[in-house]
Amino acid sequence: MTSTFNPHTALQPLYLNALRQSQVFKWSASLVLLAAVCFSGSQSAWAASAEKGKEAFIRNGCWQCHGTEGQGGAAGLKLAPSPKPLAYISAFIRNSNGPMPPYTEKVLPESDVADIHAYLQSLPPAPDPKTIPALN
Amino acid sequence: MQEEQKPVKPARRKFLNNMLASSAAGVAGATGVMTSTDSKAAETQSARAPTALPPSIKAMENEKGMPAPDFGRVGGVAGSDFMVDVIKTLDIKYLPSNCASSFRSIHESLIDYGGNVMPEYISCMHEESAAAIAHGYFKASGKPLITLCHGTVGLMHATMAVYNAWCDRVPMIIMGGNDADAAFRPPMVPTYHAAQDINGIVREYTKWDDAPVSLQHFSQSMVRAYKVAMTPPYGPVAISLDMGLQSEIIREKGGRLPSIPRYVPSSPPQGDSGAVKEAARMLANAKNPVIVADRSARTPAGIGLLVQLAELLQARVVDQGSRMNFPNTHYLSSPAGVIAGADVILGLELSDFWGTVNQYTDNGLNDSAGTQASRIKPEALLISINASELITKSNYQDFQRPQVVDVQMPADAEATLPALIEAVRQAIPNSAKDAIAKRGENAKKAYFEEKIKTQQAAAVAWNASPISTARLCMETFQAIKHLDWSLVASEGNVSNWPNRLWPFEKHYQWLGRSGGFGVGYGAPASVGAALANRDAGRFSVSIQSDGDLMFAPGVLWTAAKHKIPLLSVMHNNRGWHQEVMHVQRMANFRNRKVNLGGDMGPVGTSIQNPDIEYHKLAESMGWWAKGPIKDPSKLASALREAVEVVKSGHPALLNVWTQPR
Repeated sequence: MTSTFNPHTALQPLYLNALRQSQVFKWSASLVLLAAVCFSGSQSAWAASAEKGKEAFIRNGCWQCHGTEGQGGAAGLKLAPSPKPLAYISAFIRNSNGPMPPYTEKVLPESDVADIHAYLQSLPPAPDPKTIPALN
Repeated sequence: MQEEQKPVKPARRKFLNNMLASSAAGVAGATGVMTSTDSKAAETQSARAPTALPPSIKAMENEKGMPAPDFGRVGGVAGSDFMVDVIKTLDIKYLPSNCASSFRSIHESLIDYGGNVMPEYISCMHEESAAAIAHGYFKASGKPLITLCHGTVGLMHATMAVYNAWCDRVPMIIMGGNDADAAFRPPMVPTYHAAQDINGIVREYTKWDDAPVSLQHFSQSMVRAYKVAMTPPYGPVAISLDMGLQSEIIREKGGRLPSIPRYVPSSPPQGDSGAVKEAARMLANAKNPVIVADRSARTPAGIGLLVQLAELLQARVVDQGSRMNFPNTHYLSSPAGVIAGADVILGLELSDFWGTVNQYTDNGLNDSAGTQASRIKPEALLISINASELITKSNYQDFQRPQVVDVQMPADAEATLPALIEAVRQAIPNSAKDAIAKRGENAKKAYFEEKIKTQQAAAVAWNASPISTARLCMETFQAIKHLDWSLVASEGNVSNWPNRLWPFEKHYQWLGRSGGFGVGYGAPASVGAALANRDAGRFSVSIQSDGDLMFAPGVLWTAAKHKIPLLSVMHNNRGWHQEVMHVQRMANFRNRKVNLGGDMGPVGTSIQNPDIEYHKLAESMGWWAKGPIKDPSKLASALREAVEVVKSGHPALLNVWTQPR
C-alpha cells in the first residue's frame, strides 16, 4: 500500500527549519497545525511505500518498543491502526524529550519516516474484542 | 609416617588420617611387610596428597586381595547427624542444592540418617538455581527452604539469587560448606574452596550469618538463623558449616550433650500507636486518598486487610505487584497514574517511594543525567509504613533514593493494618461519609472504563506473527482459567497483560518478581513455586522469557527429575529487549545509526542467528515440549495439549515466537 505524500517538496525545509530553531523542541499545537497543513498540501513527486516502511520500521528499531505492527505496549505507545498524521509523527520523532530518543534526519531520513507512516496506515483495524473468546 | 599416625585431632581428621596412614600402616596390616620402594612411594604420596589421589598402595593391594577388616572410622555418631536432627525441628520440607565435597558429611546424613525427608534433597545443576528455587518456593508456600552451597565457588555461584531474595524480602537459609582448618584440610582444590570468613561473600545482602565452632553452637545458630529469616522484614541468612564440625563425633561438653533450642516465632514489628493515629487522621480527612502497595500482603491475610482499609476510605489502590496485594477485580484497583490527583498517599512496603511519586526520564538531557519531575501535587501528604527501614545496609543500594514523607513508620505494614483500620474507622467524621461514598462511585466508573480500554488495546495486532504478548497471555489464561491456577513467574516484559486482564484474587495467583531484577530468576523460581504448588494441588504456569532461561537452563532437568508439574509458556522474543533500547538510545543521542550486525536488534542484544530451539532443549532434559509456534492460530490448541500434560504431573514447555513486549 502506498500513500501520495511526498516529503521532498518545497514545503518540507520550511517545516524542518521551524523545528530546528529550538534545540530542545517543545511541542506546540500551532506548529502541529502548520506542519499538518504543509504536508496535507503536498503532492506526490515520490510515493511513500508501506512495504519499504515495514522494513524501515524494523531496521530503525521502532518495533522494539511499539511492536512489529505498531500495537504498542509497556515500553511504547500504540501507533497503529489509524496512526496520527505524518506531520505529528515526524515532529515527534525528531524532537522527542521523553523515553523515546529523538531520531535525526541523518539517522532516519524523512523518506523513511514517510514510508513508516505509510506502513502504519496500511495496517488493518483491530478486531472487536467482543469477538475474541480469550478476551471475554 | 609416625607423625601422620599420631592422633592429633582424631575425630576431626579421621578421613585424611586414614588416607595418609593407609599407605604405610594399612599395607603393613594387610601384608605385614613394607618394602623400601613402598615406603618411598608412600612418602611421596603423603607429601603431595592431591585431592584426586592416584591409587594408593592400599588401594592397589585391595585389587589383589581381601583388605583387612577396618571398623570404627567414625567411632561414634557424626556431628552432621545431629545437624540433621536440628534441621528437622524447623519444618523445612526441601533442600535444593548442587552436591559438593565441602558438605559431603551433612549430605550423607541428610539422605541416610535423615531418610531424605524433611528436608528432601532436590538435585540442582547450579547454586543460583538452588537459591532461586528456594525463593520461588517461599512465595508460593510461605515456608523457607535451606540450600547447601559448596565453599567459596558454590556460594559465589549462588550470590545473584541471594541478592534477589534480599531485595525481595524473602527468607532462606544458605548453608555453606567450608574447611576452616588450614593445618589439616586437604591441599589444592579444597583449599581454593575454603575461606577465612566465607559468609563475607554474602554478608552485605543477608540479614544475619554465623560460623559455628561446636555442635551446640550450630544448633543455637541454626534456630536463631531461622528466627531471624522469618521475622519481618524477611530475608536470607547464612550459616557456614565447617568440614571438621560436620564430621566431628558428638561428645559431651561441660558434662552435657548438645541440645536443640525450641523455635518460638517473633512477632512482627507494628507501627507506633501515635504515628498510626496521625496517619488515620490524614486519611480520614483526605478528599482523595490513594493507597500504593508493593509488598504489603506478607501473608494471604494481608490482602483482606488492604481490602478493608480501601473500602472504609473508598480509596483507590495501586498495586505495584511485588506481591499480590489487592484483587485486580476490585473496582478500587487502579492504574499508577491515579496518584497525580491524590491529596494523601499511603505507601505500604514500597521498594521505591521516591520512584513512586517522582518521574525519571532517560532522555539524554542535563549532561546525560536525564530529567526528573514530580508526579504528584506539591501539597500531597505522604505516609509510609515499611519494615525494610529496619534492615538497611550500606553497600548495595536497594534502599533506593530517600523520599521525605510526613508520617514514617519503620514497621510491618500487614501487622500495622488492623490498628490503622480501627483508627481510621474512629477518625472518619460523619460529615465525610457521603463524599466517601461518592468517591467509591467515581472509582467504580473509572474501573470499568479502564477495563474496556485495556481489552481494546489487547485486541490490536491480535493476529500478528510473531505473536503479540497480549495474545500469548490471554490464550494461556483461556487454557487454564478453569483450574486452580498460579502464575509462578512472568519474566521478560509482556506489557503487564496478566496483571491487567487475568483476575488476581488469591495470593498465589501472582507471585511478583525477582526483587533485585537479576536476570535468571524466572526459570528456577518457577520451578520452586511449582514445587510448592504441586504439594498444594495447584496448577502452575509461567511466562518464561528466552534470555532468562538461558542463564541456567539446567533447572529444567531438576523439574523433570523431581516430577514437578509446570506449564512454561515461552515469551521467545529472540533478544534481551530491556537492553535493545538502551543501545538504540545511546546511538540516537550520538546521532549515529545503530549497528545491527545482521540481526534485528543492535549488536550484542539479539538471541538470533542461530535461533535457540527451546523445545528441543527442554525435551533433552525430560520435558514434554512443542514449538516453535509462530502462527497465532495454532497457539490455543498447543496450549490445550500442554495443559493436559501438566495435569498428568509432568512439566511442559511451549516455545512461542513473540513480539518484543
